[in-house]
Amino acid sequence: MAMADQPAGKSFRLSMLLYDTRYRSLTIQIIMLAMFIIGVIWLLDNMYTNLAKANKNPDFAFLSAPAGYDINQRLIEYTSQSTNARAWLVGLLNTLLVAVLGCTLATVLGVSIGVMRLSKNWIVARLMTVYIEAFRNVPVLLWIVFAMAIFIEEFPQPKAFRGDAATASMLWDSFAFTNRGWYTPAPVFNSGSMAVVAVFLLSIVGIFVFGKWAKARQETTGQILPTFWIKLGILIVPALLAFFVMGMPISLSYPELKGFNFKGGLHLRNSLIALCLALSLYTAAFIAEAVRAGIMAINKGQSEAAAALGLRQKRVMNLVVLPQAMRVIVPPLISQYLNLTKNSSLAIAVGYMDVTGTLGGITLNQTGRALECVLLLMMTYLAISLSISMVMNLYNNSVKLKER
Amino acid sequence: MTNKPYVRTEMLSEQPAPLGETGVLKWMRQNLFPSIPNGIISAIAIVAVIYILMGFLPWVLQPSWNATSLRQCIDDPNITGACWGVIRDRFNQLMFGFYPHAEQWRPVVAFILMLVALAPVLFDKLPRKMVWFSMIYPFLAVWLLWGGTIWGPLMVIAGFAIGYFANKFLTDVVGSLAAIIIAVLATIIWWLYGVGPVATGLSSILPIGIAEVKSSDFGGLMLSITIGVSGIALSLPIGIVLALGRQSDMFIIKTLSVGFIEFIRGVPLITLLFVASVLLNFFLPPGTNFDLILRVIIMVTIFASAYMAEVIRGGLAALPTGQYEAADALGLDYWQSMQLIIMPQALKISIPGIVGTFIGLFKDTTLVSIIGLLDPIGLVASIQGGSDWNGVVWELYTFIALMFWVFTFSMSRYSMYLENKLKTTH
Repeated sequence: MAMADQPAGKSFRLSMLLYDTRYRSLTIQIIMLAMFIIGVIWLLDNMYTNLAKANKNPDFAFLSAPAGYDINQRLIEYTSQSTNARAWLVGLLNTLLVAVLGCTLATVLGVSIGVMRLSKNWIVARLMTVYIEAFRNVPVLLWIVFAMAIFIEEFPQPKAFRGDAATASMLWDSFAFTNRGWYTPAPVFNSGSMAVVAVFLLSIVGIFVFGKWAKARQETTGQILPTFWIKLGILIVPALLAFFVMGMPISLSYPELKGFNFKGGLHLRNSLIALCLALSLYTAAFIAEAVRAGIMAINKGQSEAAAALGLRQKRVMNLVVLPQAMRVIVPPLISQYLNLTKNSSLAIAVGYMDVTGTLGGITLNQTGRALECVLLLMMTYLAISLSISMVMNLYNNSVKLKER
Repeated sequence: MTNKPYVRTEMLSEQPAPLGETGVLKWMRQNLFPSIPNGIISAIAIVAVIYILMGFLPWVLQPSWNATSLRQCIDDPNITGACWGVIRDRFNQLMFGFYPHAEQWRPVVAFILMLVALAPVLFDKLPRKMVWFSMIYPFLAVWLLWGGTIWGPLMVIAGFAIGYFANKFLTDVVGSLAAIIIAVLATIIWWLYGVGPVATGLSSILPIGIAEVKSSDFGGLMLSITIGVSGIALSLPIGIVLALGRQSDMFIIKTLSVGFIEFIRGVPLITLLFVASVLLNFFLPPGTNFDLILRVIIMVTIFASAYMAEVIRGGLAALPTGQYEAADALGLDYWQSMQLIIMPQALKISIPGIVGTFIGLFKDTTLVSIIGLLDPIGLVASIQGGSDWNGVVWELYTFIALMFWVFTFSMSRYSMYLENKLKTTH
């Protein structure tokens, strides 16, 4: 009926903008856009008025000014005389460090817990259920402060390692777990060590080349090589040979108790360990659920069909079930990685200097540049998140079911 | 012929099944020790459980409830377990923060009424008339929690009445579209300029009200629930709108929705809370001073609605195209088809995700402690700071963890119940 009394293109009435389906969507969109632009202008106008009143026009010059504070955990050179921008970079690297360590640990834990939860062993399955329900139903912030409290309260002080009546002792004379952090041996690279590292990197490349060759060989001849052991050999043997040929250029420096504290070796701070551990234990519970869902999503007929083809149990898993399960598991897995990275901003609660702690914490408080700092902080996280999502999309496209 | 084969004429009495094939033994053999490696794992697991319980149970089960300071617990040789005295001593604070003692019945009443208001939404067997109470509840809750004159919330509700009647009477005069626009504008103008003066005027004539409580006095579990529940209630409708916007074929609307969702999902909540605590006032007209809790609720809602939108989008995408086409074929317009055909199914599919987002939101309310609000975790520092409980750690954290666990675990169980109830397949 609406169509009947609207002869197309004859006369144009204003009401047609709303009631004629040809124009309606355009009208709505233009109104929405106008409202959006007006809203943004209103917000920006308010902002400029307020900032002008407070005499703080947006200005990013503070980034090149000296930061004036120390960062105890850093991956690159930094002193209190370095710029705020440098502090931002140090913080960013610290965020990435926690994210990478946390994601690795969370994946290992999560996958094993997810698989064990499906175990036929009653007590193992139950234990894993308890773990999952306990960890994912309590706020991650609580786990972080809890882990930090454990490290501070329950580990011995460095002075407990001292003297004959020492109440604590180092593990194999090389690891010391104290309430100021963990001390482990650190590798020291002397001259000639570059060659060893180069050989090691080359053998990693070699593994990939060998893998390709072995696969091609299997496809043409049908013969299967024990690839795992050969790969392991390629990984270890050349590097080990180079190590001895170059006269053992890499040595370890051990932590030693000097004065009131340990010196030498690698000092892992409590904040880093607590944060990593809490984040990965928490995220592992979610990953475990994703893994379980992924494995359960594979139709039982798939593994039965594979068995009927005569594949062994291990190959059924590797060749049939896992590749299909991965398709289900990976998207939620990546989204958990994203969550872990974003949750690492809670580092501020235990004093770990990640990008929220440097740029959004001390720099913000010292310069008073709240707007600029929070904006940069958001952009930093957005960039990290978008890069992770991009990788995820690439992977998704490569494993997507090719529908015909 | 006489050599007849032996045939038993009477049955043997039944023998009991072998010992290993019945009861506990069979169960243990099948589930714990089916093979040697499995048995070893079970044994290790059992030993580990016993070891953990041995370390943990005495601490929990030999507690002292009466200590009034940590020193008492340390000095008293009889007390070897947890010093739960801190919970008894500071229970009030952990629940209500610094909410005035005489007024604490108000959050309690608000909480109980919340359960009443939620009941008809959660369980469909209850009488439908209760939904009216659920609609009034938000205003009632705000009034109970913050106090002040009763006329404020009443006048806000009056705004809805104004809009409703304006729409009803003007439809015949100026047409339906103009009536809706006028009604919405009238309501907004009433809220902006009418509510304040009229409420003040009425309260000076007829002062009905309860003592006002400042936002800075809010704290403890009450604060978590306030922020969590408001965020949950507000984020669902916004999330639905955003999800529809993202699915829309109108380019500008789609772009705006995608931009918003991806931006919010890309940044951590803590940065949004920084915005709430230091930046939001910059974006409002000079002189506006928003309440901090309100600002936090706004940012938490924005955050949760982006996640909600993605969950609901998943539900929308999972619906077969046939459903959309069938709705079109019935001649339903966009909103009708969404309301009657698409949304009921899409929301049903996304229930686990929605509840998951709710749980995440409730857990994330703890982050407000970082910007200085006194939620349970924020209160830990203040309790430890006092001389009585300086150094108490485990009891507090355990108690807070248990508190959150009870809420989130029951939410996840409810989601399972709902999934089962709504399952239409076999």
